[in-house]
Amino acid sequence: MSTYTLRSKRRRSALRTAAFMSPWLIGFCVFFAYPLISTVYFSFTSYDGFAAPQFSGFKNWSFVFNDYPLFWPALRNTLWLVIVMVACRVVFGLGVGLLITKIKTGTGVFRTLFYLPYLAPPVAATLGFVFLLNPGTGPVNSILGDLGMGTPGWFTDATWSKPALTGLAVWGVGDLMVIFMAALLDVPKEQYEAAELDGATAYHRFRYVTLPNISPIIMFAVVTGIIQTMQYYTQPLVAGKVASGVMGGSGQQFEPGYPDKSTLTLPQLVYNLGFQRFDYGSACVVALVLFVLAMAFTALLMRRRSGLIQAGE
Amino acid sequence: MSGNRRKPAAALAATAAIALFASACTGQSSSGADDDASKETTITFWHGWSAPGEVKGIEATIAAFEKAHPNIHVKVVGNMTDDKINQALRAGGSKAPDVVSSFTTNNVGKFCSSKAFVDLNPFLKKDGIDPEATFPKAMNEYTQFDGVRCTVPLLGDAYGLYYNKDAFEKAGIANPPKTWSEFAADAKKLTKSKGDSYEQLGFMPNYHGYESTTEHYLGAWNPTYFDADGKSNIAKDPAFAALLANQKKLVDSLGGYTKLEKFRTGFGDEWGAKHPFHTGQVAMQLDGEWRLGMAEETKPEFEIGVAPMPVADDEADTYGKGYLTGTIAGIAATSSKQNAAWELVKFMTTDTDAVVNFANAIHNVPSTLEALKSPKLKYDPRFKVFLDIAANPKSTTTPPSVNGGAYLTSLQNLGFDVEKGKQTDIKAGLEKTAKEIDAAIAQAK
Repeated sequence: MSTYTLRSKRRRSALRTAAFMSPWLIGFCVFFAYPLISTVYFSFTSYDGFAAPQFSGFKNWSFVFNDYPLFWPALRNTLWLVIVMVACRVVFGLGVGLLITKIKTGTGVFRTLFYLPYLAPPVAATLGFVFLLNPGTGPVNSILGDLGMGTPGWFTDATWSKPALTGLAVWGVGDLMVIFMAALLDVPKEQYEAAELDGATAYHRFRYVTLPNISPIIMFAVVTGIIQTMQYYTQPLVAGKVASGVMGGSGQQFEPGYPDKSTLTLPQLVYNLGFQRFDYGSACVVALVLFVLAMAFTALLMRRRSGLIQAGE
Repeated sequence: MSGNRRKPAAALAATAAIALFASACTGQSSSGADDDASKETTITFWHGWSAPGEVKGIEATIAAFEKAHPNIHVKVVGNMTDDKINQALRAGGSKAPDVVSSFTTNNVGKFCSSKAFVDLNPFLKKDGIDPEATFPKAMNEYTQFDGVRCTVPLLGDAYGLYYNKDAFEKAGIANPPKTWSEFAADAKKLTKSKGDSYEQLGFMPNYHGYESTTEHYLGAWNPTYFDADGKSNIAKDPAFAALLANQKKLVDSLGGYTKLEKFRTGFGDEWGAKHPFHTGQVAMQLDGEWRLGMAEETKPEFEIGVAPMPVADDEADTYGKGYLTGTIAGIAATSSKQNAAWELVKFMTTDTDAVVNFANAIHNVPSTLEALKSPKLKYDPRFKVFLDIAANPKSTTTPPSVNGGAYLTSLQNLGFDVEKGKQTDIKAGLEKTAKEIDAAIAQAK
């Protein structure tokens, strides 16, 4: 075969590959690469949507980090939620998955009961939680009060607002439960039988058989959980607005992140800066902070997981 | 076409496409007010009213306009929020509005400085309308920014004090309070505790108590928000420190922030029948003129009294003034029918009969000096309090700023911290907030 024919064949093959990949490539360029590059570009410009963008150096970065008082509380809250909420959701999702795979009767009923809250629209679910946890009129505090226990302020108390949001997230853990159930049912039964023959306790079977088998799924749940929590917007915003009593109106002032900025998250700042103040440059800075954080968390976890796998091997 | 010719043509086409794209993205319009308003045309008007009575009122105004200007047809789009309006003004396009009304006077600075709305001064001049002689003083202030009048008032809102006359009588209070000290004393007298809650609260002072915001309260003082250089003046003008100190004192005297906040969470919706003033949970309420009609509709079990809001003790001689805000109307810079659009804006905002009829329909305060005096105005005798507040030259408003109401949000955030005791040093808090306001304005410029 001549060199020319070989080269032509390779080119055709490359073109074919490119053609097959083109839908993904186009999607990647349009929905990821272009917006990302634009976000970086706009973060260095002053742009309000009317006049053309003007290069402004690090002005937006300096404003967000030094002069925008909501940035640091929002960052702290977002990190708190990433660590606590994601951990709680994974632990609870795995726990429910384990329970449902173990019970003999009523599996379908319990599976449905635990999955249903996940289908509740976020706004409706949040409204329901704010109502249930209303410190003045809510049934939860009535019951706690009758039992002689403390009655927290929940969504009106900065100490309890994030735990209350975590409770809401754990309530809707149906998605993780289904994923974990599938993973748990996929663990080879022979491995459990062998472990039992070796005298392994329930804890040892979970630690040395179940966990290694489902660790890729746990990693998936954690990484997607982190990314979702980085985008956590609707629930804290609705909870803050409803609990503060201010749903909007002429001249009304909503306390951002009510109570005491405790429900403020970075995506709320992106909206506030970008679509209320129309300071697109600063909104892009916050968006980039979110991007870097998500990448850093994911890279850290992937590295740690590969280290664990190597150690296991 | 030869290849040589094709290249420049393609470059030209690409340049034109980029120019069009850039123009579309930035929402800029090259069109001036060169349309002929006497020719057959259709304009689009966006407004925010959504309640059936309000929609009926604005539709009647538009019908009257179309009768007076048979060649100009108006396409009306209602229930528009400021977020949607802002985005549409940036996007432009054939479906974008020509005339826009907004409930948020705080955004006027942003509308004017960004040139989202056209300057109406040339239009007013052309028609011989003197805004100073046409609109009340405070309304004149909140409809322009830095010498650019990009909006005009389209009805107004005046804030006063509502009080439960029966509760006043039971507490032995003969008249509504006129000063802040009297107000604080009456609020305490009217408060009846019940366990760790209240049977009746004299007044809900917490800033989350609906309209009880710093900007509304400040109508009782005579605040200067910015100095001559446009820098925040809140740390220098003693009105702000006095307001915050009084707020903290009032919150503490009525039971403390936590107890009040817990009681507040049991309140009904501000815009619903279970508003705490309607139900008798609170005996006094600082609110706009709309509350009277809303409260009476729920047939409360007590008689409602209306009075001007109490003023600061050292402003006692200005009793009768209040805080003013309202709806504004402007012409989108992207509109290619600005002369026709002006005809509609002029009719809605300066025609006395149109203003009066619309005010009668939606129970708002008329926004021209003529309309305020019109014998055609129909109102409950108590509503007169709000008409007087609107006509009072000492009534105040909040000045427009280049970044809209961001400075008010910063001040309000300090207020939240002060009332809950998180910020105890008011002077230091005001200085820090003034810096925050200045930084945000510098960022917006």
